[in-house]
Amino acid sequence: MFLTNSITKFGEYLCLMGRVMSLPERWRMFLKQYIKEMAALGVDSIGIVLLISFFIGAVICIQIKLNIASPWMPAFTTGYTTREIMLLEFSSSIMCLILAGKVGSNIASEIGTMRVTQQIDALEIMGINSASFIILPKILGLVTMIPMLVIFSIVFGFVGAYATALAGVITVDDLTLGLQHEFNQWYIWASIIKSLVFAFIISSTSSYYGYNVEGGSFDVGKASTDAVVSSSMLILFADIFLTQLLS
Amino acid sequence: MIELKDLHKSFGDREVLKGIDARFENGKTNLIIGQSGSGKTVLMKNIVGLFTPEKGEILYDGRDFVRMTQKERVMLRREMGMIFQAAALFDSMSVLENVMFPLDMFSDMNRTDRIKRAMFCLERVNLKDAENKFPGEISGGMQKRVAIARAIALNPRYLFCDEPNSGLDPKTSLVIDGLIHDITEEYDMTTIINTHDMNSVMGIGDNIIYIYEGYLEWTGTKNDVMASTNERLTSFIFASDLLRKVKESYK
Repeated sequence: MFLTNSITKFGEYLCLMGRVMSLPERWRMFLKQYIKEMAALGVDSIGIVLLISFFIGAVICIQIKLNIASPWMPAFTTGYTTREIMLLEFSSSIMCLILAGKVGSNIASEIGTMRVTQQIDALEIMGINSASFIILPKILGLVTMIPMLVIFSIVFGFVGAYATALAGVITVDDLTLGLQHEFNQWYIWASIIKSLVFAFIISSTSSYYGYNVEGGSFDVGKASTDAVVSSSMLILFADIFLTQLLS
Repeated sequence: MIELKDLHKSFGDREVLKGIDARFENGKTNLIIGQSGSGKTVLMKNIVGLFTPEKGEILYDGRDFVRMTQKERVMLRREMGMIFQAAALFDSMSVLENVMFPLDMFSDMNRTDRIKRAMFCLERVNLKDAENKFPGEISGGMQKRVAIARAIALNPRYLFCDEPNSGLDPKTSLVIDGLIHDITEEYDMTTIINTHDMNSVMGIGDNIIYIYEGYLEWTGTKNDVMASTNERLTSFIFASDLLRKVKESYK
């Protein structure tokens, strides 16, 4: 039953994506929607990304310093480990899990409300490919903005770490040395590549749940929750494969 | 003109439409009436292409909508306007943007002309001062009028209204009915209205079809309704004491 249900949903998802991936009917309207979505999904998420990254950067630095402090460990280890955690996992995977909650529920509830208030039917009757008109700008908007959010997250994680240095947890020199130690530029690219895949998962999965809502406000809420849960699970599965693939 | 020939639609084992034949002429307000669950909403959704019938033909001025290619359907849909039960306005757009939306998508007019056309449509429904408001800021009756303005923006040949008076007070319902009727005559459109409202039936019913359990039970005009001896129709239309008294006084 669960397997049949999952295969059916995956088939429906593929069919929907088939309809989404078509050329816009009016480029002028598409660009207007695209810019609006970049602002709604990307720019409006900057605040939460900066806040969480700052505090997580600071907490990682403190935890590493407290737990691996030893005369046998070089002083730059704290900075080095903070950098690796921020670059390799937090700023891509964990940040996208957080965004799945914020952006995913937003997308599913917005599209779900459009469905139950017949706005999607209105588009269809006008002869517009509603799936492409509504969903494509959301997917492209989030995929475009996610690298910027990842870079902001990395930078503000380091700012958080420096804040602990100013508070006396670690010296600024040791932290700087650790952050620069054996720096591999590929890690930033890997982080961005992972986040692009996760952005597609968040926006497309949430759109699928919103687009297929049937019923009323209760069902919109349920679709919103399902979108967040499914996006998070898919991100975690994809993370395993991508980590293996990109490392 | 829209013609339906032997239209059948089922959901699983349940047959909702059991061979509907009907004819809706242009320049007239054509009403589909029937009890809840009789199949009139399903019929409307088949006509506009939101559902696909298992059997039968839907002819738009001789063009069979069921057997058209996807591209032909899209082109035909641009000749349609629809007013939904809940107005279905885009709530992220202002009233003016809502009316301009079909023009933005399908017309080659420049922006000034698009605004001019949208303002003309808003004036036609007596809403020229509400253009900067958002759907959430206006009343249900005004939302319906914006929906009418949006539906006529591209000069459609076919207008569909799904319970346009739902949730409105009797006076506002009369205004909406009057607008739809006048616009139908003015633009010589084929208008189909799905309604429960007996005031609409007696006020603007140029052609009425009564659906009973998926069958076409009766067809006629608003004048024929008073003289009809069809028991199912009369028990449906004259269900209230007030309307029964009206019918008795007519006799």
